[in-house]
Amino acid sequence: MSILEVKNIVKNFGKIQVLKGIDFSMEKGEVVAIIGSSGSGKTTLLRCINFLEEADKGQIFVNGQCIYDGESTEKRTPAQIREAQLNFGLVFQSFNLFPQYTALENVTLAPKLLAKERADYKENKKEILDEIEENAKALLARVGLEDRMGSYPCQLSGGQQQRVSIARALALNPKVLFFDEPTSALDPELTGEILRVIRDLANKDVTMVIVTHEIEFARNVADRIIFMADGVVLEDGTPEEVLDHPKNEKTQHFLSSLNH
Amino acid sequence: MNFWNITLSLLEGLEKTCMIFALTLVLALPLGLIISFGSMSKFKPLSYLVKTFVWIIRGVPLMLQVIILFYVPGFILGYPILSRFSSVVAAFVINYACYFSEIYRGGIESISKGQYEAGQVLGMTKTQVFFKIILMQVVKRILAPMANEVITLVKDTALARVIMIVEIIQAAQNFAGYGLMWPLFYTSVFYLAFVGILTLLFSYFEKKLDYYKS
Ligand SMILES: Nc1ncnc2c1ncn2[C@@H]1O[C@H](COP(=O)(O)OP(=O)(O)OP(=O)(O)O)[C@@H](O)[C@H]1O
Ligand SMILES: [Mg+2]
Repeated sequence: MSILEVKNIVKNFGKIQVLKGIDFSMEKGEVVAIIGSSGSGKTTLLRCINFLEEADKGQIFVNGQCIYDGESTEKRTPAQIREAQLNFGLVFQSFNLFPQYTALENVTLAPKLLAKERADYKENKKEILDEIEENAKALLARVGLEDRMGSYPCQLSGGQQQRVSIARALALNPKVLFFDEPTSALDPELTGEILRVIRDLANKDVTMVIVTHEIEFARNVADRIIFMADGVVLEDGTPEEVLDHPKNEKTQHFLSSLNH
Repeated sequence: MNFWNITLSLLEGLEKTCMIFALTLVLALPLGLIISFGSMSKFKPLSYLVKTFVWIIRGVPLMLQVIILFYVPGFILGYPILSRFSSVVAAFVINYACYFSEIYRGGIESISKGQYEAGQVLGMTKTQVFFKIILMQVVKRILAPMANEVITLVKDTALARVIMIVEIIQAAQNFAGYGLMWPLFYTSVFYLAFVGILTLLFSYFEKKLDYYKS
């Protein structure tokens, strides 16, 4: 069963239809890269799946269970939206770290708040918090920041901040981790460290969707590539299929424009 | 009427000044936050209502508001509902809460949408996002304008004497009847000391929050 299945997602901003019925699905451990020209709706798609925008139509399934249904007339409660949200993690282009907290605190904040809702929180408070702390430290070590845990975001380079934000998203054990152009706010010499971290996650079977303009990176790390144009999916296949033998003219055009 | 007697009378006046100051601050700080939520409300009628209220309160001189709160209920009902002191405090709290609310609003709106969204995708509730992420950043950003308002408040307390409350200026002015002008100028020493302490306090807070940049 697909870990994520997105069906016929439609999103309008006023009169403009930005997403015109997006379908795709992915299996556990799969890495999908989404490419496409500026304005094609990649960010909007990620925001709809992560409930930062509400889609106008469509359905989203996680492990076969419907977590969003555009046809449903019932208004979802904030608690239901939160629960659905916790299936996913999102890494932003602009990091969005919390400036008043250290790298470690950025990673532990949400898990600690979430732990308060556990039934056994009062009894096992200390163990629970210690475990969260340990887990956060392990995640920061995994992204190569074991010696910067006490640093504030303003004391870190862009690449380091983005690595903290990846650790922060991983701390909640999302079923699918989404990246929206994780390297495009960074100086070119810093993109490598982020791409290395993502590749490492891919090797450890983290399920990921990566919106990126780094085509060669997409080719190397992704199991599948989706090409979007004007709010529709035009190609969905292996990197060879999409990048080397694109079916659609627009894809060919997009790819050749990148080489010039 | 030697120097010490006069100093003592002025200190009595200063006590009233301090009480108006402290009560206004303690009540207007939280009330201002509530008003700022009202003016930022997505429910338009509420936000317009609150904005109109803020416009009126900021538009009418505080001195008039003090007079209105004390005398007008008396005219209408035939008896005053608030004591002199409570009317002054009420007028100051409402007035300052409105000014604070605009400072809060500016601070809250200056925080990037990304901060809210980052909290939201981490499964935090709206309340958690506000108190754990946004508020601290707002406090840091509004500290300087708040210091300004608080310092203005120290001196605005002198308006209380329009309804015959003997705060420090009125206490000094009482001596003018005896041909003594210098106590009036002498009050500025107390004001300067008061404001000096506040300035030190605010720069201490600023240093405390200096450990990060946003
Ligand atoms: N909040 C919004 N209100 C109105 N229009 C919007 C909004 N957000 C996005 N759009 C429009 O939706 C379209 C798709 O935008 P989106 O950001 O999803 O594109 P993208 O594929 O991520 O582009 P890029 O590669 O530049 O990041 C654009 O035409 C954009 O102007
Ligand atoms: Mg985008």
